[in-house]
Amino acid sequence: MASLAVFLILVLACFSAPLYAKWAGTDPFASTLDAVIQIDGADVPVMEQSTEGLGLGYTPIGPTWRLGNYFLGADSQGRDVMARLLYGGLNSLLISGAATIFTLIVGTMAGLIAGYFGGITDTVLSRLLDVLWAFPIYLLAISLSIVTIAQGIAIGPIEIQSGSLWLPIIIIGIVYIPYVARPIRGQVLALRHSEFVFAAINLGVPGWRILWRDILPNITTTLIVFVPLMMALNMLTESALSFLSIGVQPPAASWGTIIQDGQALLYTRPLVALVPGLAIAVSVMALNVFGDGLRDALDPRSKVRLGRD
Amino acid sequence: MKKLLLAASAAALLAGSWLAPAQAEYLKEHRGGTIRLLARSAAGTLDPHINYTDQGWQMYQPIYDGLVAFRKAEGADGFSIVPDLAEALPTVSNDGKTFTFKLRKGIKFSNGQDLGVKDVVASFQRIFKISGPTSGTFYAGIVGADKCLADTKSCTLEGGVVADEAAGTITLNLTKPDAEILYKLALPHAVILPADTPAEDMGSKPIPSTGPYMISAFDPNKGMTVSRNPNFKQWSEEAQPDGYPDVVQYDFGLSEEAAVTAIQNGEADWMFDALPSDRLGELGSKSMDQLHISPLSAWWYAPLNTRMAPFDNEKARQAVAYAVDRNTLVKLFGGKVLASPVCQVLPPDFPGHEDYCPFTKNPGAKWSAPDVEKAKQLVEQSGTKGQKVTIIVEDTAISRSIGVYLQSVLTNIGYVADVKPISSNLQFTYIQNTNNKVQMSVTQWYKDYPAASDFLNILFSCASYREGSDASINISGFCDKDIDAQMQKALDLGVTDQKAADKLWAAIDKQVTDKAPAVGLFTPKRLDFVSKRIGNFKFNPQFNWIITQSWVQ
Repeated sequence: MASLAVFLILVLACFSAPLYAKWAGTDPFASTLDAVIQIDGADVPVMEQSTEGLGLGYTPIGPTWRLGNYFLGADSQGRDVMARLLYGGLNSLLISGAATIFTLIVGTMAGLIAGYFGGITDTVLSRLLDVLWAFPIYLLAISLSIVTIAQGIAIGPIEIQSGSLWLPIIIIGIVYIPYVARPIRGQVLALRHSEFVFAAINLGVPGWRILWRDILPNITTTLIVFVPLMMALNMLTESALSFLSIGVQPPAASWGTIIQDGQALLYTRPLVALVPGLAIAVSVMALNVFGDGLRDALDPRSKVRLGRD
Repeated sequence: MKKLLLAASAAALLAGSWLAPAQAEYLKEHRGGTIRLLARSAAGTLDPHINYTDQGWQMYQPIYDGLVAFRKAEGADGFSIVPDLAEALPTVSNDGKTFTFKLRKGIKFSNGQDLGVKDVVASFQRIFKISGPTSGTFYAGIVGADKCLADTKSCTLEGGVVADEAAGTITLNLTKPDAEILYKLALPHAVILPADTPAEDMGSKPIPSTGPYMISAFDPNKGMTVSRNPNFKQWSEEAQPDGYPDVVQYDFGLSEEAAVTAIQNGEADWMFDALPSDRLGELGSKSMDQLHISPLSAWWYAPLNTRMAPFDNEKARQAVAYAVDRNTLVKLFGGKVLASPVCQVLPPDFPGHEDYCPFTKNPGAKWSAPDVEKAKQLVEQSGTKGQKVTIIVEDTAISRSIGVYLQSVLTNIGYVADVKPISSNLQFTYIQNTNNKVQMSVTQWYKDYPAASDFLNILFSCASYREGSDASINISGFCDKDIDAQMQKALDLGVTDQKAADKLWAAIDKQVTDKAPAVGLFTPKRLDFVSKRIGNFKFNPQFNWIITQSWVQ
């Protein structure tokens, strides 16, 4: 429960991002290189020019440790890192959450259909999942992102603009489908041969109704256990893609993009990269611990594990 | 012009016959040792007829030679052309269409072969046989080039490059006069290689050379070793001086941060890549003596697609030019020491450059401040307010931050803007291809040689625009028939009167700037960080630091 509490605190903090930015009077998406702030009555430029020697380079202001006034300092565009951290967390959570829902819906459907109908349907679906499974996850996600990043996706009436958060949501959602579909298929295969399913079939209950009314409720526990574990995986993938500039697009923020921004400031302002890294680590750990606890509580005999082992 | 060339030839002969006392003294004192260079990666193919990178061109300087060369000197002198493998600058005849070179005698390649006129003819043919990147532009004016471009494999350049074995001369015939031909012949794409060099990209295989050094080992993933050419005897200090170090060891793979640390610790002497921005302050204060800041003939700019909304509207383009705060961009690049704000195309101190800035608070010679109100008015007048604009930038820290800044500017003046960083390997070709429908981008142009046409004609002529091609360097798609005609006139005028031509180029620069097919951002400077033991640092404006003219002992 402690892990859930930690995660919920992070979620609440991130959802307060617009309020924080408004209260701090800062725009976390606009360059403010010429901004000057007041600290103890003194004017301090957000970007400080080196005054020694040749006077090369500008360094963003470091942490002021004053909430609402560049608490964690500025990034290389003079933007408030704290405000961006909250907005970044909001995007990271939204993407990982939505991708989890997408994966669970599509993966569950694939697993249900393949496991219940068997035969050629199972063969085709399972081979398709094998193809997806065969690609290293990050390589597949990076490839899909590179292909879609500049022009977006346009398939028939469905059009997703480049820069839309739906792009990383769908890409991350797709690459993890086998992680959900295969264990679900296994469970459905076992349930398909159980007595209550045979009884329903013999009574002439249509297949979709058996799936919906008899089988799905029996795999709900597994699906619930999947939610936090998938979300943790998705959060890591989203951060990796954004760090590589193929996830959330600037000027929008995610924890991955903030780490990327901070990479060029590691020597002078290491906190810009460290804090979002820490936020990812804490969130992922909280989700994993919560997920493990949930599994132990709801399904102590389950052998479902994320990963390929 | 002919008289001038003859006088220059005689002077060059005299200069080339003996070592200047200073150089001889220094060579005695400082000759030897190994210079260690670092770069994140290799510069691509080793083939000098193909490699088209700053990194490669810089390294070729002490290795390969052309008939002529840029003088290995600092400052404006470094832009002057001197005879190299040719005894003297060419005699010009046939109304500027025929250039006759006499080849020096006694020069050997690093593999021991004698240099002869057949090598010169074969090298010119090879430029076309391997479809060199500039064969269709720089060398397309040679007689027979059209046939070579159409059928590369059977290229003979018949009537274009004619050798006289007995007289030791090579005659270069052009289809029409070209004021810039000597510059083009001094580039690495026109160096002379042994006649038996295969007509294919030699990739990682070193080609024998005539200069004081040769490439003795190369692994694109590890490094390159450049050692002394045992067959080299200095023939011209200004074209190809003997070098100080015995070996130049160029290692690849270290990150910029690690390279800085290696140089600070004395484990390396120089790094090719730009210094990491978060180390600038520290280096600028603690290692001032090891830093060299040099001007570059380069232009950071934001091409605006003149064939797509909203920038098919001249007022919309001018609005962006008015709104951009160049001081902010200079800040993002590292400050005023490392860059200067610009409005126009031609860089400062470049042929044809006359200070000009219409897009500033107080229009005149120099940029002073952005005029955001004027920009907003122009956006209103253009009727493009609220339109969507995507800015394509390279995925590097500086380009990304410039893109984010420009996105703020566009949003502020009324557009709905976003930024797309694309891998540096892809971005430059991506923004050129019209199929990608790029509205605005951020890129840079570094001169090939010191002529105004290398910026204006290449970047903004109608001929440089090619629909659907990855090599459409006129990224803005700008085509103004009147300006095009003036550029042709300036090119022709340069053959007989370079000063008048430069005047005309200055006028063209102003006209192109007024039409705003691109927003000039700033002119960068080169910052070289060297180890404490490097002595005699010389920066050539054409090919940057002259590596082998520095010593390490």
